Amino acid sequence: MIELSNVSYSYGDRRLFSEISLALPAGSFHFLTGPSGSGKTTLLKLLYLELRPQAGQIAVFGQDAAGLDRDQVALTRQRIGIVHQDCRFLDHLSLVENIALPLTVAGRNVAAERNNMNELLAWVGLGAQAGSTPPQLSGGERQRAALARAVILSPDLVLADEPTGNVDWEMSTRLLTLLIELNRMGKTVLIATHDLHLIRQAKAQVSARVLRIRDGGLQLAGSDL
Amino acid sequence: MRTLPHLATQLSGGDAERMVPRTGVTANLTMFAAGAMAFLCVFALALLFSTNRVAERWASELANTATVRISAPDGQEAAQVAAVLAILEQTPGIASARAMSDDEQALLLAPWLGPDLPLADLPVPRLVEITEAGRGFDAEGLRLRLRAEAPGAVLDDHTRWRAPLIEAADRLRSLGWLAIGLITASMAAMVTLAATAALAANGQVIEVLRLAGARDAFVVRAFTRRFTLRAFSGAMVGAVFAMAAVGVMPNPGAAASFFSGLGFRGGEWFAPLFVPFAAAVVAFLSTRFAATRRLRSIR
Repeated sequence: MIELSNVSYSYGDRRLFSEISLALPAGSFHFLTGPSGSGKTTLLKLLYLELRPQAGQIAVFGQDAAGLDRDQVALTRQRIGIVHQDCRFLDHLSLVENIALPLTVAGRNVAAERNNMNELLAWVGLGAQAGSTPPQLSGGERQRAALARAVILSPDLVLADEPTGNVDWEMSTRLLTLLIELNRMGKTVLIATHDLHLIRQAKAQVSARVLRIRDGGLQLAGSDL
Repeated sequence: MRTLPHLATQLSGGDAERMVPRTGVTANLTMFAAGAMAFLCVFALALLFSTNRVAERWASELANTATVRISAPDGQEAAQVAAVLAILEQTPGIASARAMSDDEQALLLAPWLGPDLPLADLPVPRLVEITEAGRGFDAEGLRLRLRAEAPGAVLDDHTRWRAPLIEAADRLRSLGWLAIGLITASMAAMVTLAATAALAANGQVIEVLRLAGARDAFVVRAFTRRFTLRAFSGAMVGAVFAMAAVGVMPNPGAAASFFSGLGFRGGEWFAPLFVPFAAAVVAFLSTRFAATRRLRSIR
């Protein structure tokens, strides 16, 4: 589904990755961990085609990402759901409009998807907040709304960047449960987190691989987690 | 050629437009700029039409006519007039020629010398009025014949008078077009500035849209639709005000000077109605340019 081959990335003189390789097969569940500033978000941005690798190759759904034009990048993103750390909502739109944003930009008839929308809102437990605007939501509600937006187009891959970073333990568990449910539906899931408790909790429920960024490389974490 | 269908597609995107929050400053700036420019543009159009009318009047009043002036010694005038008329009758390209009467000549001189002019006591030359036919006559050939057969006769084909007038009218016409061009460029610059400001203020919106999987066309549509409609409505108000202002300008009639004759006549009144549409096209293109440039900075 997604493959990184010898990918390198630097910010100025600071090298984040050096020739890392990674394969995310369809239906897999991965955690990406590492200390703050190790490059977890950057790696997710590379996978989401927000950034271009300075060296190496990224193949997304069988296509070389470097060869995609801007329209193809947009269409590829419609097949990837992402939960940003800061959620990235449009504050002037209601919660429903924000969740429906991928449908709107894909040119789909949002009104015709009303039943699906209601189901999705119920799934993330935000049915009562449908008319609220993002600033009116709590941190946990925003994260769940971001997850709903990420999956509304039924993407093949879901990326989540510190989805439990700003929420309490109960909400973390709830979000993790939703992500595990998505994986059981056949979606590939990659969660970037430094929350080891979350990783242990997930590993108890699902077969998850844990990848760790360390010293500019990507390692498969073992029993230390 | 692709602009108009593209414009229609871009303007149909209400969903896209809703993605952009309404910002008062840029909205007002765009509408005001479009309104002010449309107002000026309508006046420039009025100038253009007035110039055309003046040019046509000058051309038509002086074209196809010529005059032969006969200054002959006492007792020879009648003979020279007859000789000139005979020559003119035989000259190809002349429809008619006639000698003006004393009364007609007195009428011509009255504005300068007064109505009680004793024409018989003055050495006023006799004028022969010529009306040209078809493509006109060979002025040089006619001059040579007149010099040979009626030495006191001088042909004036009005070229000397018409040329500077037509040149002045052409210059005014060019100035009118230049004014319209400058106004259009100014409006494009203002709308581009407003759109760039709006795009800068909405950088996060653009980024979120792209990250949500929006194609560039969708993002561009979100901005172009709003700015095009703003420019159109602002220009419509400006054009209507300008038409009203032109409409109430005094019309002193045929004797009016050029500037007091500024305005529209008949079907010309439809021309200013195109100004808001032109403003919309300008706004569409300039916003599209600004949005495309902004999008280049993000993937």
